[in-house]
Amino acid sequence: MARTFREAAIAGIGATEFSKASGRSELQLAAECSKAALDDAGIHPSDVDGMITFTIDNSDEIGLCRCLGVKDLAYTARIPGGGAAAVATIYQAMALVNAGLCNTVLVWRAMNERSQYRFGQPHTQNLGPQAGNGTGSLLWCMPFGAQTPATWESLAAQRYMQQYGVTNEDLGRVAVAQRKYAATNPAAWFYGKPITLEEHQSSKWIVEPILRLLDCCQESDGGVAIVITSLERAKDLRQKPVRIVGACQSIPYNVEVISNYYHADLSMMPEAEGTAKRLYAQTGMKPTDMQAAMIYDAFTPQVLKQMEGFGFCKRGEAKDFVKSGQIDIDGILPVNTHGGLIGEAYIHGMNSIAEGVRQVRGTAVNQVKKVERVLVSSGMAGAIFEKV
Amino acid sequence: MSTPNDPSAPAAPPKPIRLAPIVTLDAKFFWDGADKGEFLGEQCADCNKLRFPPRPMCPHCHSVKRNEVKLSGRGTVYTWIQPRHPAPFGFKEPPIVATIELEEGYRLVSNLYDIALEDVKQGMPVEVFFAPTMGNHQVPVFRPRAK
Ligand SMILES: [Zn+2]
Repeated sequence: MARTFREAAIAGIGATEFSKASGRSELQLAAECSKAALDDAGIHPSDVDGMITFTIDNSDEIGLCRCLGVKDLAYTARIPGGGAAAVATIYQAMALVNAGLCNTVLVWRAMNERSQYRFGQPHTQNLGPQAGNGTGSLLWCMPFGAQTPATWESLAAQRYMQQYGVTNEDLGRVAVAQRKYAATNPAAWFYGKPITLEEHQSSKWIVEPILRLLDCCQESDGGVAIVITSLERAKDLRQKPVRIVGACQSIPYNVEVISNYYHADLSMMPEAEGTAKRLYAQTGMKPTDMQAAMIYDAFTPQVLKQMEGFGFCKRGEAKDFVKSGQIDIDGILPVNTHGGLIGEAYIHGMNSIAEGVRQVRGTAVNQVKKVERVLVSSGMAGAIFEKV
Repeated sequence: MSTPNDPSAPAAPPKPIRLAPIVTLDAKFFWDGADKGEFLGEQCADCNKLRFPPRPMCPHCHSVKRNEVKLSGRGTVYTWIQPRHPAPFGFKEPPIVATIELEEGYRLVSNLYDIALEDVKQGMPVEVFFAPTMGNHQVPVFRPRAK
């Protein structure tokens, strides 16, 4: 096909149910969510010509092609960095379409991350030097008892909290806001189960004095897929196209994904600030151009730090923004309106990207009024989605 | 000094349960040093800059020549936490995990001893000592020191 620049758009999203025990293989989850996303777009599965997932996804490209009947796969790529790089899947898909290399790029992430293995438990297996995990220094944490994502997160979050006087109660308000969204989202694991700040404050310490149970995302089984094609083609497909205005990644020197203790100032997120700078330069946009944001919330401090990194608040001010209700449905910037990874499910950030698409389409269960643009961030990658 | 598998070694206190370090070729010097009770850093043999975590090339001058240098063992507490749930492997009681800012100008993850969680302060001066692990290894850990 001719290699002329083409704008990219999201044409389809699909998901399995979100559970704690899917009862089927990860490959089946991958196939089901992929089929759902392609059906949503109105594209025949055999037409997929590009596939992108995470380095740590356990399903094989060819295995998935054999399920979907993909007849000629032109491109495959895997993104390192775990959830921090989730949005980089969209970035690469956009670039492939822009470059005229693929017509139908399928992005998927599917896992039995509760029933088959548990990210939240100590990671003492397979933590030798492995490329592709995205973080190289976990081996400098293991013998010291820092063995879970929550401990790794806390060792950096504390510096941010001390610097700006952020308390665990401030973190609790993020969890309360997101669980409120999840409570009205039938797809969410915590549908119908909002929490109060008091319940947050009486939940047990996971890592003292930083994270309580209700500051942590879930462990989930499930799959999410997203289909990217050219904007021109998307206009003729089944759904209203969601234009990818821009997408990018930033991994500044000495930054790691989660054992991220080696850059100059742990009170800020150089990767989020770097991504924001690049994304706004690429698109000519600014934070006030967004009507909602989907922000990777493995743990509550991430939401505050990324809101500041992307310029929605000044450094240290996100806690007050949250406290005054600005991330709620009628606030200045509704955040994680599906409930996030805390309230809906932990599909490694991909379910939050799907919510960004729904907000732009106008089909979210917690729909924000007058959405033109949504920012989607996973910490070291970001994208802006726009209504056409 | 007793060595692994030395039948004449005196009976040791209860066997250490702390996980042994994961030793990679590029960081072997660090753990070999720790086994001998030495706290070592990696320095570029050409431009003399220190670096951590260890790596085979200097990011400043791109030399692959490196020296092992003895560090002062002194630093200050940067961040600290106590993992409560799930309990970490290798400890009877959850340890205080901390990032320590070394006098030499970089940070590393370790443990803090001889102090209660609520008494730890940011910038508190600490000094290195060594804790035993499974497999007859040692890792550098820290405790408060006078200013
Ligand atoms: Zn050098």
